[in-house]
Amino acid sequence: MAEAVANKMQGPQGPKPKRIISGRNIVLYGFLIVAALYWLLPLYVMVVTSLKGLPEVRMGNIFSPPMEITFEPWVKAWDSACTGLYCEGLKVGFWNSIKILIPSTVISIIIASVNGYALSFWRFKGSEIFFTILLFGAFIPYQVMLYPLVIILRELGLFSSLGGVVLVHTIFGMPILTLLFRNYFAGVPDELFKAARVDGAGFWRIFFQIMLPMSLPIFVVAIILQVTGIWNDFLFGIIYAGTTNFPMTVQLNNIVNSTQGVKEYNVNMAATLLTGALPLIVYFVSGKLFVRGIAAGAVKG
Amino acid sequence: MPSFFRQIEQKTWWKRRPKILRNLSAKIAALPMIAVALVGFVGCSVWSIVYSFTSSKSLPKERFVGFKQYDRLFDSSRWQTSVENVAVYGICSLVFSLVVGFLLAVALDQKIRFENTFRTIFLYPFALSFIVTGLVWQWLLNADFGVAQVIRDIGFTSFELNILSNRDYAIYAIIIAGLWQGTGFVMALMLAGLRGIDQDIWKASRVDGIPAWRTYLFIVIPMMKPVFITTLVIIASGIVKVFDLVVALTAGGPGGSSELPAKYVYDFMFGRANLGQALAASTVMLTTVLIILIPWAYLEFSHKKDSENG
Amino acid sequence: MSSVAISDLSLSFGSVEVLKSLNLEVDEGEFIVLLGPSGCGKSTLLNCIAGLLDVTAGQIFINGNNVTWDEPKDRGIGMVFQSYALYPQMSVEKNLSFGLKVAGLPKAEVQERVSKAAEILQIEPLLKRKPAALSGGQRQRVAIGRALVRDVNVFLFDEPLSNLDAKLRTDLRVELKRLHQRLGNTMIYVTHDQIEALTLADRIAIMKDGLIQQLDTPAGIYNNPTNRFVAGFIGSPGMNFISGTLEDDAGQWFFAAPDLRIPLNDYAFTGNPTAGQQVEIGIRPEHVVLNDVSEAGFVTLQVEADIVEPMGADTVLWTKLAGNNLTIRTDSESTVKSGDSLSASFNPARASIFAQDGSRV
Repeated sequence: MAEAVANKMQGPQGPKPKRIISGRNIVLYGFLIVAALYWLLPLYVMVVTSLKGLPEVRMGNIFSPPMEITFEPWVKAWDSACTGLYCEGLKVGFWNSIKILIPSTVISIIIASVNGYALSFWRFKGSEIFFTILLFGAFIPYQVMLYPLVIILRELGLFSSLGGVVLVHTIFGMPILTLLFRNYFAGVPDELFKAARVDGAGFWRIFFQIMLPMSLPIFVVAIILQVTGIWNDFLFGIIYAGTTNFPMTVQLNNIVNSTQGVKEYNVNMAATLLTGALPLIVYFVSGKLFVRGIAAGAVKG
Repeated sequence: MPSFFRQIEQKTWWKRRPKILRNLSAKIAALPMIAVALVGFVGCSVWSIVYSFTSSKSLPKERFVGFKQYDRLFDSSRWQTSVENVAVYGICSLVFSLVVGFLLAVALDQKIRFENTFRTIFLYPFALSFIVTGLVWQWLLNADFGVAQVIRDIGFTSFELNILSNRDYAIYAIIIAGLWQGTGFVMALMLAGLRGIDQDIWKASRVDGIPAWRTYLFIVIPMMKPVFITTLVIIASGIVKVFDLVVALTAGGPGGSSELPAKYVYDFMFGRANLGQALAASTVMLTTVLIILIPWAYLEFSHKKDSENG
Repeated sequence: MSSVAISDLSLSFGSVEVLKSLNLEVDEGEFIVLLGPSGCGKSTLLNCIAGLLDVTAGQIFINGNNVTWDEPKDRGIGMVFQSYALYPQMSVEKNLSFGLKVAGLPKAEVQERVSKAAEILQIEPLLKRKPAALSGGQRQRVAIGRALVRDVNVFLFDEPLSNLDAKLRTDLRVELKRLHQRLGNTMIYVTHDQIEALTLADRIAIMKDGLIQQLDTPAGIYNNPTNRFVAGFIGSPGMNFISGTLEDDAGQWFFAAPDLRIPLNDYAFTGNPTAGQQVEIGIRPEHVVLNDVSEAGFVTLQVEADIVEPMGADTVLWTKLAGNNLTIRTDSESTVKSGDSLSASFNPARASIFAQDGSRV
């Protein structure tokens, strides 16, 4: 008895001490930090290069911070960099991208949300078959559909125009967005829909008064998905938009990969950063919602 | 039923609307989907397949030549290079992004500090355009001023790293850039899969004294099979589509050594005005994707059919 | 006139027949409970009555109108769901008034009906709250209120208490019964909980495989189950079944099994018994009493106690009777221990005998 009491005083007591520096932690954090450096370096190099003057870029080390910070490359990239044909900078492409982005995002989300809602609650004969075809379409290589779409757009009088590229974005955004909304609405309890039916509400009233107000998060996810996707597009922009409407990515490529003149690496990096800025801002602001968006079509909920 | 009821039925028969008009709003709402599915996806694919059997040059012409375009395609050294490249690119991307992505996800799943920061860092390139990614790595891999120069500065004065202008290595530059952009995405999917695993599994394996690496290898990875398969399909269908990255990073060069099928199609369709050839190449791409896709879709959808019961 | 009548109703999903030519008539003001195991089609039937599912064949009448093809809102029904199905972004008041506004009722009338329903259900203090800020019981009251404001003759309940904890379920059950007494509406109530069914119903319809097995008062279902399924489904602990044969000994019927012979003088046969027929005898645990009962008609048998389960209000004994399991419900004062040998008595008149096809003999 007395022995047990004595043991009680000596043995382990209270919280188990944790070692912060353990072999496991060194390996774990070491791996993560090395990986993080690899992923961060390109961003760092872009930023420092864009803030250096051209002589310093040619002389020095791409990793060294600028000795003299200059914003000249940024101004030039925005305002007067040459694409091979003319020298008006990226701003033209920026505004073109905005003009493509806004209608494409709005139209594709409106269509897909109503469609996803109809597929969840108002199924009709054949609706699932069309949806399956649509999903298969998400995996078809774009190359197969490029030329027929040129013909269709030409017939509609939309080839080489903003309207054309908006329509193409709407078409190719439809599978993933419809899936996103369909899965979301599939998670809404069926009984809620039934209750609204008993209350006498129809297709549009249930959509606008019951479903819309409760699905704001999924709309945000859809917007993130479309904004980054459409902004980053290159293929559709170069084919369907027409020379005067080239989006920013196409212009960026034309500026950097134009063969004329001296390669201005600092201007190129500033231009690259400018083009990547909008999706990066969206990414950093939206955080977890972005992850949810990109995983939405992939891992089914 | 008594005749009383039958009478009422006769009075109300007209209330029933014809079948096509029932659920009309839903059908109208689905019209864009139906149009895109039928005209956009099915129609366009069929059109491309049909015209791949013609000798169309800059404009589509119904002059059918059988498999001539395909013969020419498989004979073309440029196409062969494209296919070899996409195979190398595909295998390397799959293996590295799955292994590294899974390891990163496992590392992030260890209840570490700054998990959000690390995740943000690994995933941010995925928000960028392939054009941006291509141009950054073009600069980093620049033979005169890029990483090569840094190594020379350290003291290895004769160091040469010009993989962008080397016929044998240019494709690896594309792989490096592609991995930088895409691995974070694989990590995010894997992490979601790991988080979806029943936490009681971990408690059980801890009680049983099974080391963590064994639990991952023999219990967790088999449980994540659906996640792996889905990830695989997504990466694979992405690989077939790679286009912008080549355009930005190497433009297919040097000397066509880093061509990829998607770019081959684009060049023949819009640059070289050889539509028949481009469509034949695109049909081959479509077939490849279907070969990957159909078994997966079959697996995915066959065993969750009977889920509807009141 | 019947309030709800269902005639030859069938429903199939593809090749799966969920309802098979089903008939049911519900009287005005009656409380009918549809009871059955999950997948028996009871919720499907309710959804058909509500008009939320299109039927494959047959007709549905509500208040004498053929509503088979009518929209749910035009059928004169209100419905309460298991998950409450409250519109999450609307306040309680808006939840109650939504259907009335859709129907285009004048504001004053909407106001009046909402406040009357709120008064009946005592949810007036909650009117301005959102559903997320309510407890489970409060949500279910609001859901009932939504049916109440519609001012209809027929209420449909789809397992309305299943999401609540045991205590709350009992409270709301009593309140529902009170509500029914006060309003006198026809109520059709789906549940898989037999206590709810027995306590609430005027008549219970026991369903299995898309068919109504028995439609009767709670007492009728309990005492005279029409087949083996109903007998086994109702009652907890469940009815004891012992297999054996019928024997005819000079005009005197016996149930016989190895080491067991039970005289059936007082048993009221409903079918035509034949000698040597394979049957099962069903005895409810609460119809068996311990000790020797010398009252007329009682049979006394020797059993051996196996497991003793004190349940608080009473005690359940799991015993062996000639190699068969026999559960007995006895009072909580019982001092029986495992391994004890006991005398147990019961009156065969209260037993049920089923033929091999499950029908009552």
